[in-house]
Amino acid sequence: MYMGIIEGTFPPRYRREVKYRNAFVGWRCKKCGRVFYTPRKRCECGSREIEEIELPREGRVVTRTVVRNPPKGYEKYAPYAIAIIELDVDGQKVRVLGQLADVDLDKIRTGMRVRATLRRIRAGRRGLIEYGVKRVPIEE
Amino acid sequence: MIASILGYGAYIPRYRIKAEEIAKVWGQDPDRVKLGLLVESKSVPGPDEDTATIAFEAAMQAIERAGIDKSLIGAVFVGSESHPYAVKPTGTILASALGLNPKHLRAASFEFACKAGTEAIQAVIGLINAGLIKYGLAIGADTAQGRPSDPLEYTAAAGGAAYVLGPKGDSKAIAEIERVESYVTDTPDFRRRQGAPYPEHGVRFTGEPAYFHHIINSVKLLLEKLGRDINEYDRFAFHSPNGKFVRNVARRLGIKDLSRVVSLDIVRKCGNFYSGSTLVGIARALDKANPGDKILAASFGSGAGSDAFSIVVKDRITEVKSIGKSVDRYLNRAKYIDYGTYARYRGILVMD
Ligand SMILES: [Zn+2]
Repeated sequence: MYMGIIEGTFPPRYRREVKYRNAFVGWRCKKCGRVFYTPRKRCECGSREIEEIELPREGRVVTRTVVRNPPKGYEKYAPYAIAIIELDVDGQKVRVLGQLADVDLDKIRTGMRVRATLRRIRAGRRGLIEYGVKRVPIEE
Repeated sequence: MIASILGYGAYIPRYRIKAEEIAKVWGQDPDRVKLGLLVESKSVPGPDEDTATIAFEAAMQAIERAGIDKSLIGAVFVGSESHPYAVKPTGTILASALGLNPKHLRAASFEFACKAGTEAIQAVIGLINAGLIKYGLAIGADTAQGRPSDPLEYTAAAGGAAYVLGPKGDSKAIAEIERVESYVTDTPDFRRRQGAPYPEHGVRFTGEPAYFHHIINSVKLLLEKLGRDINEYDRFAFHSPNGKFVRNVARRLGIKDLSRVVSLDIVRKCGNFYSGSTLVGIARALDKANPGDKILAASFGSGAGSDAFSIVVKDRITEVKSIGKSVDRYLNRAKYIDYGTYARYRGILVMD
């Protein structure tokens, strides 16, 4: 899970994960075409030929939950919403979990269109700043 | 013609605080502030926004409008006085998040108070003309802070814009930068020492010997070299520390029609974006431009200096305008917050 639910900011972990947290990266099985949003070595079809793809930035909210008592380090952002977002990857529906930003919590609706952007996930006064993907409403 | 603009994008956070709300906290007269500065409200970055995230939004849109293969981008230069790190370039964060090709990629953070963004543009133009890169991204963005109760607190805002630049004559050009002129002196108007949370400014030096002297000189130099009258330009973008300075510099430069100064509405509604100010102004001028229009833009950075640009709009502008969001759409969205929320978002409340 690379959508901002990460504990601690250690340089080796940051280096390993930065690409997957900040960029809109997913994986696709070259054989059956199944898309994943977490890296894996092997597809359910048995194939080991998995390629990296860029995921679409736009999606729709399926369901959400509001975090009012956040873990340490996230107080500044509370209350915030975590949502399951459905992406359309070349006709295939892929569900991802992610944090919403710039949204009025009482106005989140199923089917609401959102767009992925880069935001701070967590940042203390010192040390590494964690950036990651959050999703903001698409204003009609 | 020295370089092409292929794509551009601006970004302004959705949160706003009104001058009245700040004045209430410090017992100041809001009408005096609003009339004195010609600023009614300012943009405030959300708790998870910073210069890198603002630059990212602007850059995504600029790349989308440019319609180029982004792996051909050879430089990401970001001008700001609020880079997320004192040491660690903002451009590397952006390059990774934008999915740029790390091979042959240059990245650097630029700093020249409020004109770091226009310096970044010039550096990219230099690399293009030297043949070192084909396309480059130049960005100006800030999340500016004014010391609480200081007059700057009414204007220090957040926003930015990004430009994809390429060689002159590029088929994807939406505009061409035909000339740039700069003017720089050592002036003690505004500074911040390493580690100091807020800048300090000498009131006596910020206006006449700083903002006005430098902008007037860079613009005059530009017009002289081009043999052009200022009223031949269709739109103007100036660095906007407040609305009053912009209106005065426009008048002193002899601009007859102040409605052509696109910066005035931006600073009135959203305040001063520091390194992003002139670049968002140019973006709004492009939003409103028709093929063949001429845009004159001048930045100002304390310390001090000014860069003046002459830009000629090309036919492809009509194609890209429908892509993404205009500056006016950002100006017209606003979520007003109170001073308590503002203090929390800006980290004025110390928690660790
Ligand atoms: Zn498979």
